[in-house]
Amino acid sequence: MTRPTPDQSTSDQPTPDQSTQDGPTSDQPAPARSTSDRPTPDRPTPNQSTSDQPILEAREVGFTYRGASAPVLSDVSFQVLPGRSTALVGESGAGKTTLLRLLLGLAVPTAGRILFDGTPLSPRDRGRMRAFRRGVQTVFQDPYSSLDPRQRVSRIVAEPLRSLGLVPAARWNSSAADLRVAAALEAVGLPADAARRYPHEFSGGQRQRIAIARAIVCEPRVLLADEPVSALDVSTRVRVIDLLAELRESHGLTVVMVSHDLAVVAMLCDHTAVLERGRIVEQGDTATVLGSPAHPYTRRLIDSMPRLPVT
Amino acid sequence: MSLLDVTGLRVRSAGGRDLVRDLSFTIGPGERLGLIGESGSGKSLTALAVMGLLPSGMTASGSVVLDAPGTGPSEVVGAPERRLNGLRGRAVSVVFQEPLTALDPLMRVGRQLAEPIRRRRRLRGAALRAAVAAALQEVRIAEPGRVARAYPHEISGGQRQRVAIAMALACEPALLIADEPTTALDVTVQAEVLALLGGLVTARGMALLFIGHDLAVVSGITDRVLVLKDGEAVESGTVREIVDAPRHPYTRSLVAGARHLDSALDWTNR
Repeated sequence: MTRPTPDQSTSDQPTPDQSTQDGPTSDQPAPARSTSDRPTPDRPTPNQSTSDQPILEAREVGFTYRGASAPVLSDVSFQVLPGRSTALVGESGAGKTTLLRLLLGLAVPTAGRILFDGTPLSPRDRGRMRAFRRGVQTVFQDPYSSLDPRQRVSRIVAEPLRSLGLVPAARWNSSAADLRVAAALEAVGLPADAARRYPHEFSGGQRQRIAIARAIVCEPRVLLADEPVSALDVSTRVRVIDLLAELRESHGLTVVMVSHDLAVVAMLCDHTAVLERGRIVEQGDTATVLGSPAHPYTRRLIDSMPRLPVT
Repeated sequence: MSLLDVTGLRVRSAGGRDLVRDLSFTIGPGERLGLIGESGSGKSLTALAVMGLLPSGMTASGSVVLDAPGTGPSEVVGAPERRLNGLRGRAVSVVFQEPLTALDPLMRVGRQLAEPIRRRRRLRGAALRAAVAAALQEVRIAEPGRVARAYPHEISGGQRQRVAIAMALACEPALLIADEPTTALDVTVQAEVLALLGGLVTARGMALLFIGHDLAVVSGITDRVLVLKDGEAVESGTVREIVDAPRHPYTRSLVAGARHLDSALDWTNR
């Protein structure tokens, strides 16, 4: 249902999780095609953004929810290399969001490991998790639920600075914090006076910009985005993708995006991994995966994309 | 004579704001019209106004005339509920975006589907059960027996939308309104449901009013398109005219956005 809103670029349709046991699906668990070499791990070269050392890596990761019989993810391996934006593509139930939670350290894999700068993530090591949080930030799908409606934008965007201790607690609303918040808002194309306002005063696209500002305020190396534009209208969607592409260049951000939308993936990501029912069925350069898909499921995803009539 | 004739439709909110303004369009028997616009453009309110289902507080003015075989020409705006109930289902029915809210969570799927079939065709017992199974088969549900016994939460999103389509078709409407029927679905399921919907509309000779925000989806299933912005029609024409030569600046930006996303897929072979 459309909620009457004055701003045409406001979308409030969260695409709810739907299960996909509908119609035939390709059952062949074809071997994963990987173009990336196996890493030479545990080489201590952190913070070296030009090396081929992955910033983040999933190594043979599996995950089974407690009490569940079947795993949600099995044997998932891929690397986030510095500067190589990566897409995790799949439909609902493929395990995309679970994988993202593991990559964020919000859950611990039941098999395999998640490595950050070559070392396994361990949620108990608070100092290391702090370095991790500073290096890896996130943007969620629905900008209507990811921003606290009771906080001003300045406070929302400054949150990582406070929680990561980048600005001393006593001075969190100091001019130092203000400057960084203002810089982040400017980087995402919001006016400076946005800081004083509340989330409800913004359209969906602008809210997603606020969420992106919050994610980049602590200057992370990796931005993990969970369907960052699927709740937005088409023209807004294009503008937010353009913004992410621009930040990728200007801030040296490596974007890792979870998405079901191949067009968005093609516009933004160099590397694509296709997930089907918890397994990576294919991964490689986006142009190769989309241009000559090796797995029938990838083919089916591509064929299902609605296209404009050919002129 | 048109099946649906909308003239000067205006939908006003309780606060006195015009959410839809001076909207006019017609749909002939068997025609397929797409209403395209972004959120807040008034496209769903237009659908509700045609069904006489506007939320309380909102008022429609202007004229919405439905002229379906068997019901005769009827004005929807201002019609009493009893008159509207005679039109709903038979002249026009609707498939909404989110099948989980369209279906009663406490009632088994088969019973929900049986309701309109019983009312329309006056069937009971075994004949009614057979009709329900046939209706589920028509929307290509693989296991009609299991789905009929299931509650809505026990079946997948695609299956729920198929059930909602079966319910909308149960009374053999002359006009089907589909309001973003595939927005909540995965892309592969969306492709299947769109193919199903297109096939059923053709097979039954129904007219279709398809509402959507995705130009690629809408242009694939309709012949003509009406572009809405902030409650007003800014442009209308055949799908080809709109996609190939949009005239209004808003339509141009809409088409440019869709083209931008579409061209990103040019790596793939069509």
